[in-house]
Amino acid sequence: MVIMNNPNFAEDRQKGLIEISGLNKWFGSFHVLRDITLSVTRGEKIVICGPSGSGKSTLIRCINYLEEHQEGQIVVDGIELKGDLKNIEAVRKEVGMVFQSFNLFPHLSVLENCTLAPIWVRNTPKADAENLAMQLLEKVKIPEQANKYPGQLSGGQQQRVAIARSLCMKPKIMLFDEPTSALDPEMIKEVLDVMVDLAESGMTMLVVTHEMGFASQVADKVVFMDEGQIIESNTPTEFFEKPQSERTKLFLSQILSH
Amino acid sequence: MNSTFQNNTKKKRIAPRAPPIGSTGAIGWLRQNLFSNIFNSLLTLICIYGLILIIPAGIDWVFLSSQFTGDNRFACQNTGACWAWIDQRTGQFLFGFYPEQERWRPFLAFLLLIPALAPWLFDRVPAQKYLRIFSVVYPVIATILLVGGFGLPNVASDKFGGFMLNLIVGLSGIVLSLPVGVLLALGRRSRLPLVKWVCIGFIEIVRGVPLITLLFVSNILLPIFLPPDATLDSVVRVIIMVTAFASAYMAEVIRGGLQAIPSGQYEAAKAMGLNYFQSMRLVILPQALRISIPGIVNTFIGLFKDTTLVIVIGLFDILGIANAMVANPDWLGLSTETYVFVASFFFVICFSMSRYSMWLERRLGTKGSTGWSS
Repeated sequence: MVIMNNPNFAEDRQKGLIEISGLNKWFGSFHVLRDITLSVTRGEKIVICGPSGSGKSTLIRCINYLEEHQEGQIVVDGIELKGDLKNIEAVRKEVGMVFQSFNLFPHLSVLENCTLAPIWVRNTPKADAENLAMQLLEKVKIPEQANKYPGQLSGGQQQRVAIARSLCMKPKIMLFDEPTSALDPEMIKEVLDVMVDLAESGMTMLVVTHEMGFASQVADKVVFMDEGQIIESNTPTEFFEKPQSERTKLFLSQILSH
Repeated sequence: MNSTFQNNTKKKRIAPRAPPIGSTGAIGWLRQNLFSNIFNSLLTLICIYGLILIIPAGIDWVFLSSQFTGDNRFACQNTGACWAWIDQRTGQFLFGFYPEQERWRPFLAFLLLIPALAPWLFDRVPAQKYLRIFSVVYPVIATILLVGGFGLPNVASDKFGGFMLNLIVGLSGIVLSLPVGVLLALGRRSRLPLVKWVCIGFIEIVRGVPLITLLFVSNILLPIFLPPDATLDSVVRVIIMVTAFASAYMAEVIRGGLQAIPSGQYEAAKAMGLNYFQSMRLVILPQALRISIPGIVNTFIGLFKDTTLVIVIGLFDILGIANAMVANPDWLGLSTETYVFVASFFFVICFSMSRYSMWLERRLGTKGSTGWSS
C-alpha cells in the first residue's frame, strides 16, 4: 500500500525500468551504436537479435556500464548511468548479467560463487546468503553440485550456476548475453528451460540470443539490430510472420533455413 | 558396405579389457621413460655411469674419509674433507658476533617463527585463528628478542651476523615484498596516470640497477626520505633495500598473473556490483597469485640468496663469516669445506621453498581450478 501512496509510482511504471534514449557509442572511430532508443517496462521480456557485429551485445553491456557510452542517456530504475561510480555500482546491484562464457570464478565453489556478491555487496549474513543460494540452485536444478568447483561441471551446468549466481543478488533486471552460444547442443535446452521458468516468474529480461524458439515462446518484444541500429521492434508473432524491412527478412531467412 | 554397417550396430557392447602386459607398472614406466629407443637407452646408461662416478666419491669425501675433530687444519691428515672447525665455529656461522650468553634469544625467535608461519603456509593447523593473531605480533616479539628491551640487554645490530642475519633479512624481505609487489602491480595497471607513472618509475629504476649498487647508495639515498636527525640502522636499511628490489621483480611477476586472467572474470565481478578493491581481493588476485606461484617463489629464492650481498655494507652474514674463516691461519686452505657448508644452508632453505611451492600448486590445483571456461 505504501507503493500506491507513492506519487512517483504510476509515473515510474509509465517511464519503464530501463529508458535508453539517443544512445551513441563508438569503439575508437567505429560507430557501434547509433541513436538507440529503447524502453523496457517492469516484467517485460525483450529478445535482441541480429547478425554478429550488429552491436546487440554492446547494447546490453551498456545497461550495466560494462561499456561506456559517449552520447545519449541510459536510466535504469531511476538512476542515470554516467561516469559517477556510485550510480554505476547502484545500478549493477539491481542488474544481473549472464555471459556467453559463463565467467564463473574457478577458485570458488559453486556455493561460494553464489554467495560472494550478496555477502560483500549486499552485506547479507553468510547463513542467509547460503540459504538463498541453495534455494536458487534448486531452482536451476543443481543443488547437488553446490560444493563442487566450476571446472568440474559441464557447460550447461556452469551456465545454470551463473544464472543462479546472478539471481542471488535479487536483481530487478536480468541481462543475458548469448547465454547458449558456447554450449554443446544437448545442453542448450537445460539452460533455456531455466530461462523460461525465470521469464514465467515475472523477471524483467533482456536476452541477446539466436534461439528463435525461445524468442517466440517468451518474448514480449523482439528487437532486430543491424549495423548498430534498431531496425525493427515488434511482438514475436508480427516479427516472425510479417517482418517489415528487407534486412530483417534476409536475416530471418538465413537463420530459420537451418 | 551396408551389411557390415548393420552388423556393427547389432554388435554387443565391448567390455573394457586390461592393457597389454609391460605397458603399465614399473616395467612399463622404465620402457617408456628410460629405454624408449636406442638413443634414450644409451643416454640412460651414460647417466647411470656418471652417477656411479660422482655419488660414492662424494659420500666418501663428505662422510667416510673425512675428519670431524681437531684444533686446526694440521689435525686433518685424511684424504676426505676436514670438518674439524665446525665444532668451534658453528656458533659464529649461525649467530655472527651476537654475544654468546644471549644466543638463546635469536634461537627462541627462530623457534617461535614456526607457529607464526605455519597457519599461513598450511590449511589445517590446530588453533589456526589464534596462531594467526600470534603471527601478527610475532615481528614485535622477534624484534624485542633480537634487539633487547623489556629487561633484555640491548644488542647492537652490528653484532648481528651469520645465518641468523640471512634469515632476518631474507624473511623480512619475503614477507614485505609480496604485498608491496601486489600494490605495485595493481598500480602499474591503474587507470590513474599519476599512480601508474609512479609505479612504472619505481619498478623500472629499481629493477634496472644492481642490488649491490642499491645497498652501496642506501646510506645516501634513504636519509633523503627521513627527518634530518634520524639515523637508520644498517640492518633495517638492508631490509628496506632488499624489499624494494624484490618488490620490483615481484610486481612484474604478479602483473603477468593479472594479465593471464580473462577479461570475463573482471566483467563478472563488476557486473555483480563488487567495487574495485573487492573484485581484486576476492576474485582477481586469488587467481592471479595462484598462477604466479612459480614466479613468486623464484623471486623469493633469488631474494634469499641475495642476502649474502650485505657484506658490501660491512655486515657479516654466513658468507662473510665463511670468508673470514677461510682467511684464518688455523684453517687456511679449507675453502671447499667452508663453502660447501655454507651452500648447504642455502640449499636446504631454497629447496624447501621450491618443494613447498610445488605442494601448494598441487593442492590448489586439486581445488577445482582446471582453468576458465572457454
